Amino acid sequence: MSKIHVTTTVNGDPVEFLADPRETLLDCLRDHLGLTGSKEGCGTGDCGACSVTLDDRLVCSCLVLGVEAEGRRVDTIEGMADADGLHPLQRKFIEHAALQCGFCTPGLLVAAKALLVQNPDPTEEEVRYGLAGNLCRCTGYDKIVRAVMDAAAEMRQEAA
Amino acid sequence: MAKDEFKEFRLVGTRPDRPDGLDKVTGRARYGADISAPGMLWGAVVRSPHAHARIVSIDTSRAEALEGVKAVVTRADFPTGLTGEDWDLQENTMAGERALYDGHAVAAVAATSKLRAEEAARLIDVTYEVLPHVIDVDDAIKPDAPVIREGAADATVPEGMPPNVVRYMEFGHGNVEAGFAEADLVREGHYKTEATHQGYIEPHACLGQLGGDGKGEMWVCTQGQWFIRKMCAGVLGLDAAQLRVTPSEIGGGFGGKTTIFMEPLSLALSRKAGGKPVKIVMTRSEVLRATGPTASASMDVRIGMKKDGTLTAARAEFRMQGGAFPGSPVDMALYCAFAPYKLDHVAHVGYDVLANRPKCAAYRAPGSPMGAFAVESLIDEMCRELGLDPMEVRLKNAVREGDRASYGPKFASIGLVETLEATRAHPNLAEPLGPNQGRGVASGYWFNHNGETSVSLAISEDGTAQVSIGTPDIGGSRASIALMTAETLGIPYEDVRVNVVETGALGVNEPTHGSRATFASGKAAVLAAGQAITEMCRRAAAEWGIEPEAVEWVDGAAQPAGPNAGKFPPMSIAEIAGKMGETGGPISGHHESVPEGVGASFGCHVVDVEVDPETGRVTILRYLVVQDAGRAIHPAYVEGQYQGGAAQGIGWALNEAYIYDDKGRLQNPVFLDYRVPVASDLPMIDTVIVEVPNPGHPYGVRGVGETGITPPLPAIANAIQDATGARLRALPMNPPAVLAALKAARGA
Repeated sequence: MSKIHVTTTVNGDPVEFLADPRETLLDCLRDHLGLTGSKEGCGTGDCGACSVTLDDRLVCSCLVLGVEAEGRRVDTIEGMADADGLHPLQRKFIEHAALQCGFCTPGLLVAAKALLVQNPDPTEEEVRYGLAGNLCRCTGYDKIVRAVMDAAAEMRQEAA
Repeated sequence: MAKDEFKEFRLVGTRPDRPDGLDKVTGRARYGADISAPGMLWGAVVRSPHAHARIVSIDTSRAEALEGVKAVVTRADFPTGLTGEDWDLQENTMAGERALYDGHAVAAVAATSKLRAEEAARLIDVTYEVLPHVIDVDDAIKPDAPVIREGAADATVPEGMPPNVVRYMEFGHGNVEAGFAEADLVREGHYKTEATHQGYIEPHACLGQLGGDGKGEMWVCTQGQWFIRKMCAGVLGLDAAQLRVTPSEIGGGFGGKTTIFMEPLSLALSRKAGGKPVKIVMTRSEVLRATGPTASASMDVRIGMKKDGTLTAARAEFRMQGGAFPGSPVDMALYCAFAPYKLDHVAHVGYDVLANRPKCAAYRAPGSPMGAFAVESLIDEMCRELGLDPMEVRLKNAVREGDRASYGPKFASIGLVETLEATRAHPNLAEPLGPNQGRGVASGYWFNHNGETSVSLAISEDGTAQVSIGTPDIGGSRASIALMTAETLGIPYEDVRVNVVETGALGVNEPTHGSRATFASGKAAVLAAGQAITEMCRRAAAEWGIEPEAVEWVDGAAQPAGPNAGKFPPMSIAEIAGKMGETGGPISGHHESVPEGVGASFGCHVVDVEVDPETGRVTILRYLVVQDAGRAIHPAYVEGQYQGGAAQGIGWALNEAYIYDDKGRLQNPVFLDYRVPVASDLPMIDTVIVEVPNPGHPYGVRGVGETGITPPLPAIANAIQDATGARLRALPMNPPAVLAALKAARGA
């Protein structure tokens, strides 16, 4: 199948790649752009390890075709920390021991960031439902929920 | 070291950031599928759609004709004449005459892209003759059951057993009949648990390369790079030392990544493709169908109890299928089943049974959760019948140091009584319960494995230290080993870097399994640091012109031991390291052994549930894990093990199960249908770390990784009965099963 030229923006940078029309956005990020921070845990949109935002909307990149990124804006885990340092969520995940194997961590961080944009002051229940699309098999979620709530509190304080 | 010699530590017991944290929150950490190589090919595997079938023919011509296809392999490409576990691994890696389960690999291809490899796999024509199959363990030992493999039974199986029984065991002590005669109440129950999967989020992935000269390399997500080396070498007939295996970061294992699946296929494809590296990444469906879930179990338990709660005798008969190969953990299930109880009369009988399912692998405390489900459920029912407090009965019968374990040996230092007392004192037990709510308690046990362990430590020129370990870090063990090493050397935590290294860098290490990494690699690292300290003291002594024995190591520096040794200012590790080139060369330490002194770990869980009488849905309201850690080196990651184990146990209890259709095909090979707990399914999981130090470890460590998955199964069943009066004796306790049990209880 002939490939399609895709021009898009990833983590603020203009990028181009050639995508087989059957390839997912996740495949393109990982195999064409070398951005392997987004993970494939299921390929069916059930685990959330491939979470990215597409024009600020949280998506499973395994359920988006690479060619759909044309002209859009993709943000991945690789763009979460900036020159000034880690995002508060990233810091709090380390501080709270909210990761064990770390495989679900990139997707959880991207999803948590999207959640806090929508709801800067979530209850525990809102965090649990907000992250229900991201499977973690190691932690039982306890420390993840605490890390997200702590990061949210810090971000609210910074914003105030 | 005796218990009373423990003192306050500078670093052990603190909660610093983990050394690999930054890599793992930024997406930089490289897992199994994250590496590519120049000239790399992609592999894909053709799998049997049948539970049991003779492979009549495999026609690879259409696949080989596809542009970009570089190699196709079938069983014909593997060496013949293997025996024992090597043969089992080879047969499981690639089917021979018959496909033995839905998902069994029958051929594999390598091509220039992932999509092309998948397309080529679809072009391989396999002709099958479908054979009768058997899935359920009880069906597999019926007289007319299809035979998975004639002659597979080992010498333990008595004459006349059904052909799918491949291992048999009987053990115990005392006289159970006499013991039951002493009891005021004797009850028995029949319990079943379905197979579950470890459910690590990272699918298996590897990048293998093998040349015609028999030299190869592999990058792979695994719990044990030496196991991968040994098993791949065995299956392919290679010399182990010619294969270098580098472990990637690992996205969860829980026992399921201690063996091989598609790894030898990547090497076989690479060899056939002229040595080009071949990457294979499993799909989730392949993971669920064709890697190693745990066993399913059918269990009968009989227990005798006096009116005061004293246990007089116990008998367990367990049957477990571990797929189409020997190796279900029925032995371990029996060892653990009665382990929390002091019993003068106990008997165990076990059957390892074959069925048309994938070859089981270890899953966190293999076998123990099933046995606990049966035993802890029955004990709870008997406590209810006699009007006894289940906590008090557990304390009354609890094993202590010196008691004979139900499985034979005498217990060394253990902390069950302390664990139960801490549980009883926890405020969760005083929380009021509302309508349709109930509370359940259960204990659990798991061993601590030692295993071959090799660790090297080297002092850098600036006095910092690097530690090379062979046990992959799955849940924060780099942090715990850095803490222990820094504590021993008397240097800052940040001055130690712990590296998980490839097979070429150390002697043989067993995997991160058996709750052993922090115990075994940790102990080896401490002993290696001790060697380096001895050498640094020797260097200082030589400079001072005194005997090495007259030098001691205090707070990261050599100093004269007492006033008679001479008067010299302390010589710091940085000072000694800075001139090591002039004083005798590199300073290092090394330790290799099968470390003695493992410390077993008991736990007790308390769960509060609410059962919806309309839907049968069980909601976990409150959850408490209390467990003996010996000494928590990094308490946050010990809590993490407790919480994670509990969450997996909750999933097993309430939802997770392998579901087969009448053709023996797995019906739920995706996460949507194989439903593991999500964040909104669970409450916060409360933890109490009990510390009864293990005298066999320099800092008192007990392995903590596995015990936590054991109590949830029975604890939740006990809580459901407390809430509703209905007793469930089979897993999973999902809404239809709970509704049926509620209906039966109302009718009774």
